[in-house]
Amino acid sequence: MLVIKGGQVYDPINGINGETKDIWIEGGKIVESLGHIPQDVTVIDALGMIVMPGGIDIHAHIAGSKVNTGRKLCPEDHYEHFRMAKGGLRSGVGFTVPTTFLTGYKYAEMGYTTVVEAASAPIVTRHTYEELEDMPILDKAILITLGNNELLMDRIAMGEMDEARDLVAWLLKSAGGYGVKVVNPGGVENWKWGGNVTSWDDEVKYFNLSPRKITKALIKIADELGLPHPVHLHGINLGLPGSDITTAEIIKDACGRLHLCHLQFLSYGKDKKGRMCSGGSYIANLVNEHPNVTLDVGQIVFGNATTMTSDGPLEYRIQKMTGHKWCNDDVECETGGGIVPLEYKITSLSSAIQWITGMELFLLVKDPWSIALTTDHPNAGPFFCYPQIIRLLMDRDYRNYFISLLPPRAFRGSVLKDLDREYSLYEIAIITRAAQAKILGLANKGHLGIGADADVSIYAPENFGKRQCICRFKHCRRALDFPSWVIKGGEVVVKDGVVLNEVPSVVFRVVPSHDESIKDKIREEFEKYYTISFDNYPVQEDYLKNTKEVICG
Amino acid sequence: MLTKAKDVVCTFCGCLCDDIILTLDENRIVRVERACANGMGLFKNYNPDLLSPKIRGKEASWEKAIKEASEILSSAKYPLIYGLSSTSSEAQRVSVKLAEALGASIDSTSSVCHGPTGLAMQFVGEPTCTLGEIKNRADLLIFWGCNPIVSHSRHFARYSVMPKGRFVQDGRKGRKMVVIDVRLTQTARVADVFLQVKPGGDFELLVALKALVKGKSLDAVEAGGISTKVLQELVTDMKACRYGMIFFGMGLTMTKGRDLNVRELFSLVKELNDHTKFSALPMRGHGNVTGADQVMSWLCGYPFAVNFSKGYPRYGPGEFSVVDLLCNKETDALLVLASDPVAHLPSKAVDHIMEIPTIVIDPAESLSAKKATVYFPTAMYGVDCEGTAYRMDGVPLRLKAPMKGNRPSDEEVLEAILEGVRRC
Repeated sequence: MLVIKGGQVYDPINGINGETKDIWIEGGKIVESLGHIPQDVTVIDALGMIVMPGGIDIHAHIAGSKVNTGRKLCPEDHYEHFRMAKGGLRSGVGFTVPTTFLTGYKYAEMGYTTVVEAASAPIVTRHTYEELEDMPILDKAILITLGNNELLMDRIAMGEMDEARDLVAWLLKSAGGYGVKVVNPGGVENWKWGGNVTSWDDEVKYFNLSPRKITKALIKIADELGLPHPVHLHGINLGLPGSDITTAEIIKDACGRLHLCHLQFLSYGKDKKGRMCSGGSYIANLVNEHPNVTLDVGQIVFGNATTMTSDGPLEYRIQKMTGHKWCNDDVECETGGGIVPLEYKITSLSSAIQWITGMELFLLVKDPWSIALTTDHPNAGPFFCYPQIIRLLMDRDYRNYFISLLPPRAFRGSVLKDLDREYSLYEIAIITRAAQAKILGLANKGHLGIGADADVSIYAPENFGKRQCICRFKHCRRALDFPSWVIKGGEVVVKDGVVLNEVPSVVFRVVPSHDESIKDKIREEFEKYYTISFDNYPVQEDYLKNTKEVICG
Repeated sequence: MLTKAKDVVCTFCGCLCDDIILTLDENRIVRVERACANGMGLFKNYNPDLLSPKIRGKEASWEKAIKEASEILSSAKYPLIYGLSSTSSEAQRVSVKLAEALGASIDSTSSVCHGPTGLAMQFVGEPTCTLGEIKNRADLLIFWGCNPIVSHSRHFARYSVMPKGRFVQDGRKGRKMVVIDVRLTQTARVADVFLQVKPGGDFELLVALKALVKGKSLDAVEAGGISTKVLQELVTDMKACRYGMIFFGMGLTMTKGRDLNVRELFSLVKELNDHTKFSALPMRGHGNVTGADQVMSWLCGYPFAVNFSKGYPRYGPGEFSVVDLLCNKETDALLVLASDPVAHLPSKAVDHIMEIPTIVIDPAESLSAKKATVYFPTAMYGVDCEGTAYRMDGVPLRLKAPMKGNRPSDEEVLEAILEGVRRC
C-alpha cells in the first residue's frame, strides 16, 4: 500500500481542483482511504506539491514501421542525444525520434504514463507490437489506418455498409488496434498514382468514391460499433493555406463523434492576396458550436522536428519545398507513408503562423474537455517539449514575450495578441490528462477516483523549469517538466525527475463484435491483391500477451 | 502419420514466401510444396535432433559451453557480435542487449551487402513501397545489378514480373521489364530490354539518366557503355509509365561507388516522382536481414555498425563494421549469430578470426562453427522454433515452428550467455 499525503490534487474528472487530499493506492489501483495510516505503508510526503493523474498523449508517433524508418534516416538526430545503460535500465539515443526504451523513459520523466501510437497500417502492426514490447513503463494503444484501405473502399463504394462495418471490426481485431485512424482519405490512394485530393468531393481514382463518402462512412461505422474512441481524422489539404475551409466543411458535415488530430496543421487561412494566415480563431469558433467534435492541437515547437505521416503526397510536397531528404513508403492495399526532417524557425514567417494557429486553438476553444495537448510528436516538435507549451498557456507574460520574438507579419489576421487567457492548473490537468482519457474512452485513466489505475505524477512548483532543456531554444521556459514522483500502476517509477526502474505495461485494444463470415467474404480478394497469405495476416496471440481489451458499446 | 503444415514462411531469402506447404512424418519433412529450389533445400535437409555444443571441436554439456562462452566474452576487451540476418528478430533483440551489457560492437551482414543502401538512404532518403504495390500497379520494372531468378527465385512469380494485380490485370503482358547488368544473367535473358553497363560504369549511367530525366541533353554519345540514344528511350519509358520500379542488388552496393551509386539511384527515383510514380527497393538477401536493420534501428537508432563501449550506441560504418574491426585486428573475441563469416568475409578478416576466440550460434555446423572455440547447435528459425522475420520490404511475418523443437533457440542461448556474463 502507498499513500500520497497532503498534496494539492488536480483531478478534473472528479471535480477536484487543488484541494488537499490524500491518495491511497493498493494493487495498482486507487482505493478508499483507511482513515488512519498503518505502519507498514509507504508514504510519499506531497506537502506543497501538485498531484495529478499520469499524463496521457492521444496522438504521437512512437513505434512501428514509419517511426523506425525515421530513426534510421536521421543518424544526425541521435549523435548528441544519448542515455547510457545504467542500473538495469537500457541505453538509447535520439532527439526527435528516440529509440524505444528512451521514449518510454523520457515520457515517464515528464510524468506521462499512457501514449497512443497514432498510425499503424494493419499489415505492419506486428512490427508496432514488437517495438512496443521494448517500450517500458507506458501503457499504450495503437490506431490503425483505414482511410485508404482498398477492400474497405470497395465495400463503401458499393454501398455494402454491413460488410464494411464487419470489415472494420475484423481489421481492428486482427491488427490488435484500438481505434480507426483516417489520413487524407482517398488522397493517399490517389498518391499511389502520383495524385492527391483537394476537396471532399474529389474522385478517388478507380474507386468511384470521394473523401467525404469514406470519412462519413467510417464515422458512422465507429459509432455503430460503439468504439470507445471516435474516428481519428487527419483530413485533407494538411499544411495548405485554405485548409481551414475544408476542415470547416467536415466539422459541419460530421454526423457523429469525430476527433480531429493535430488540427493546427489543418487550420490555415488564406488572405485576399492568397497568402497564408492563421485560421485558428475561425476553426476554434466552429469547434465551440459542435459538441460532437474534439481535437488535439499538434502545436509547433521551434527547433528540429521530423515530419512523418501516412499522408504520402504531403511529404512529397514538403520535400519539394525544403529539398530535404525524403522517404516514401506506399503500403499495399492499405495506406502510404512519408518522412522528411525539417526545422521550425522562429524567424520564419510560415513557422510563426503555424505556431500562432496552434496557440489560437488552445486559447479560443472554450471547453477544455474538447481539446488535447499534443505536438503530433515528432511532426510539430518532440513530446518532451510539452512543458514549454504548458508554460506558454499558463503564463501570459511569457507568451507575450514569445510573441514579441516572432516576425510581425505573421500576425496578419490573427487575434492572438489580444488574448489574455491563462490556463489554470486545473485546465492543464484537463488538456493533458482528463480530456485525453475521456476522448479516448479509457475509463480507468486520467483520474484519481476509486478504482482508477494508480498512475500519478507529482510535481513541486519550485521545480518548474528545473530539467535541463535539451531543445537548445534559448527562450524555452517550462512548467510541469520535472516530476518529483511518478507512480505507474501503483509502483514508483520516477523519483526526482529520474526513472528508477521499469514496470509492466499493457497495450489497449478493442475487439468489436461482428459477423465472422466477413473472413470468407474477403479471403479471395485478399489473396488476389495482398502478397501475404490471408491466415498469416492477423497479429498472432504471441504479440498480444500484454494487451487489455476495452469493451465496445 | 503424415501431417501437413500450411502457410509456412520460408526464410531462405528476403522474399519470405509465406505460402509453403510442408508434409511431415515423425518430425521429418518429407514433402515441400511451392518452395523454390533454395527453399526446398532449407526444409528438406533439416534434421532437428538435439546436438551437443562443442568446445574446441569436442562435445560438451550446454552448461559448460555457456560458461565458456560467457567467460570468453566477459574477459574480452573489445568483443564483436556479428551476423543477425538469419535469425528471428526476438534473437536479434537479445543480441543487442548482450552487446550493450558487454560494451561490444554489433554489426549485421548488412555491413557487407546493403549497408551502402542504408548510408545512401541517410543522405537522400528512399522512395519505396511494399511488394504488393508492385504486384498491383507497376507497369515498368527495372532490375539493376541483381539476378533474382537465381537469388530470389519466386520474386518474379509472386511479386514483380508475373502476377496479375488490381491494376495490372494482364500480368506479364502488362509490364515492361528492363535489366541493367554487367553481364547477360539469367534474369537478363527473360527481360524485354537488357542494357549491358560496363563494369564500374553504374554511377556514370545513373548520373546520365538523371540528367536526361531533368530534360538536359548530353554531349557524350554513351554513358557507362550504353549509347545516349538507348538511354533516352529508357528515360522516355520511365516518364511514361504509370508506376515504375527499380529493384537493385549488390551489383550497385558492392561495386565501385557503393553508397554513391545508391545515392544516385535514390535521387533518380526522387526526380522521376516529379513526372510519374516511381519507387525503388533493395533486393535483400538473407531471410531476416531486414529485421536486423529494423531491430538495431529501434534499439540503437542506427541500422548496423554500432558500438557500445561508452555505454550507449554509437554509429560507425567503416569503424565499427565487421570487416574493418577484423582487418584492423581490433576485435579480441567474436560471437557469430546465424552467419558464416569464415566462408564469406575477405581473407584478411578471416585470418584474424582464426587468431581469436570465437563463439558461433547456428543451426548448421558452418565453416565458422567448425573453427569456433564454442559452438552452439540451435533450432532453425521458422522450422523448429518460432519468431518474427521482416520481408525485404519491411512487412513483418510470424514464423511458425512446423517441426517439434528439440534444440534451444538462438534467443535462449543468447539469454543464457547474457546471464552467464552477468555472473562473471
